[in-house]
Amino acid sequence: MTQMNMVEAINSALKAEMEKDESVLILGEDVGKDGGVFRVTDGLIQKFGEERVIDSPLAESGIVGFAIGLALYGFKPIAEIQFMGFLWPCLDQLSSHASRIRNRTWGRYSVPLVLRAPYGGGVRALEHHAESFESILAHIPGLKVAIPSNPYDAKGLLIASIRDPDPVVFLEPKRLYRGIKEEVPEEDYVEEIGKAKVVVEGEDLTLVGWGSMIPKILKARDLMFEKGIRAEVIDIRSISPYDYATVHSSVEKTGRAVVIQEAPRTLGFASEIIARLNDNEMLNLKAPAFRVTGFDIPFPYYKMEHWAMPDVDRIIKASRQVLKW
Amino acid sequence: MFQILDIKGGLVSEDPDLDKELLKEMYWWMVYARMADDKALKLQRQGRMGTFPPTTGQEAAQVGSGLALDKEDWVFPAFRELGTYLLRGIPLENMYLYFMGDVRGNIIPKNINNLPMYVPVSTQIPQAVGAAYGMKLRNKKNAAVCYFGDGATSKGDFSEGLNFAGVFNTPNIFICQNNQWAISVPRKKQTASKTIAQKAIAYGISGILVDGNDVLAMHVATKEALEKAKKGEGPTLIEAFTYRLRMHTTADDPTRYRSDEELKEWESRDPLIRFKNYLKNKGIWSEDWQKELETKAEEMIKKAIEKAENIDPPNPEDMFIYMYSDINPVLKEQLEYLKKMISTKEIEEDSEKIEGGFP
Ligand SMILES: Cc1ncc(C[n+]2csc(CCOP(=O)(O)OP(=O)(O)O)c2C)c(N)n1
Repeated sequence: MTQMNMVEAINSALKAEMEKDESVLILGEDVGKDGGVFRVTDGLIQKFGEERVIDSPLAESGIVGFAIGLALYGFKPIAEIQFMGFLWPCLDQLSSHASRIRNRTWGRYSVPLVLRAPYGGGVRALEHHAESFESILAHIPGLKVAIPSNPYDAKGLLIASIRDPDPVVFLEPKRLYRGIKEEVPEEDYVEEIGKAKVVVEGEDLTLVGWGSMIPKILKARDLMFEKGIRAEVIDIRSISPYDYATVHSSVEKTGRAVVIQEAPRTLGFASEIIARLNDNEMLNLKAPAFRVTGFDIPFPYYKMEHWAMPDVDRIIKASRQVLKW
Repeated sequence: MFQILDIKGGLVSEDPDLDKELLKEMYWWMVYARMADDKALKLQRQGRMGTFPPTTGQEAAQVGSGLALDKEDWVFPAFRELGTYLLRGIPLENMYLYFMGDVRGNIIPKNINNLPMYVPVSTQIPQAVGAAYGMKLRNKKNAAVCYFGDGATSKGDFSEGLNFAGVFNTPNIFICQNNQWAISVPRKKQTASKTIAQKAIAYGISGILVDGNDVLAMHVATKEALEKAKKGEGPTLIEAFTYRLRMHTTADDPTRYRSDEELKEWESRDPLIRFKNYLKNKGIWSEDWQKELETKAEEMIKKAIEKAENIDPPNPEDMFIYMYSDINPVLKEQLEYLKKMISTKEIEEDSEKIEGGFP
């Protein structure tokens, strides 16, 4: 075990898998000499050489198309897109091809690629550097979408993504890249994609979130706990596939749910979770499930970003509303 | 490579004998842009400004080309065109505001045909072609000028844009500021083409490689390209061969990927020094004049900072009301919610008296 932040944990996962499997490759803009704009791939080019850690031309659609080709040929490419805001040109490659090759060839071909991208706001970045559009990716059948909220999960989920025989989009909450350090094993281990985690148990209501929102949810939970409210916190860790069983059994117990997302409100993944609760847990719900979300606006420039993101206060207010119902 | 001045400021081809006032203006914008850039770097280091991409080293490419334009021509910039912005009449405080994380920095004065910065690389290129096509349809004798870096030439938008421009014979000037690096990736890793200018051939348009640190060469080349475009003779790709002397952005450490020797070599080709020597030889430059320009620039920079730092704080409403021409009920509801949240902001420790979750 070593103390690692999320950047180090991801780096450690990449290193472990590249050592183990020579078909694992990394590619992206500035991932080599520069070690990536967030230094996530730092030191890998020195260790594995330019042929396996590829500084690509500046072309996102090219990066993903190239990675799909490599994957079809039997490699396991890990492509980095510098910021989620620059992922749009890849959507054609992802949705028209990566996500459906297995299905449209009835299993003859598959695309075991990983697409890593930092997402989310709150780091005073320039415009287009703070988006959260994970639900758009989860809306594409055939992709998996994993989103860790801490260093331990980041390493285990990334290793699982690399070993996964299907395309996985791995989203990294950049606000949490360096803030949290925790014990992370040096050796490899796997956290299952599609499995949620009950982070804290409680009986009064269920708080559900992922990625960047988890520390805020935990803070809100602690503050409410001081007032005698015991919230259960679930980190769903992967929005595609989505582990509804864990969420539902929690709601069966608490009867109340608040789902928190940083992304814009309309058609966000929170809506899906709540719709599914309505489908299956209607009789267990003591109150309508609430959402705490971003707004239906582009993520604002940093002077205004604090307004755009759900904060602890909003989470507590929504929780009280659900509890009072 | 088209060049008028050598690195010492001596003539290598015929002196274009530009008007003295224009020469002075060129030098002024270069000095002003350099000083404004240095100041931005200081502000960023003091935590008074966010991440920004310095322009230093690229003033000749920007000022030489920018001063060739007519007011009615349109500019589609990337994000490293401080010089062009300033000479087009966009106030420096706008630039500062933008990098202070304030969207109001994007408010372009009404009489200026300039788009605000484009952060996603190369997306402005096909848009500039669309605008130029529009000019053609309306029989305007103008052009759309588009700036981008060498990295941008790797993107699909570059190919698609230049291809459209060739097919529709649009009045476009594409100015690639090849500053040798796209963050940590050297130009030779962007393309196996020998030059970027030669890519024009494949699209059936004109291309020219210009010394981008030579403000006169940049001016003459852009002027010629504009005249051609306005006569209906088609678009031109200008490769301005230049160098970014500072970091990619303030978030980056160039010592990780480029050598000191390379930097020194390019420092010796500094566009300001070169042009200053030319002006000196012409009897235009003097110590006093330099001081005069610097004092003026300093004052303007100081005022710009004051304005940018003392602007009224933004209003949460602004995030919503500019989404559509009319605010819709969904956004109104979200705005009301946010206002309520702000007005009932509790200390996080005591959220006891709270009413109202999200509707
Ligand atoms: C589509 C897209 N991908 C990645 C980025 C991140 N990024 C910002 S600038 C840059 C390099 C741009 O290089 P170049 O086009 O040569 O312009 P320069 O920065 O040298 O002026 C990168 C990769 C971006 N802004 N947009």
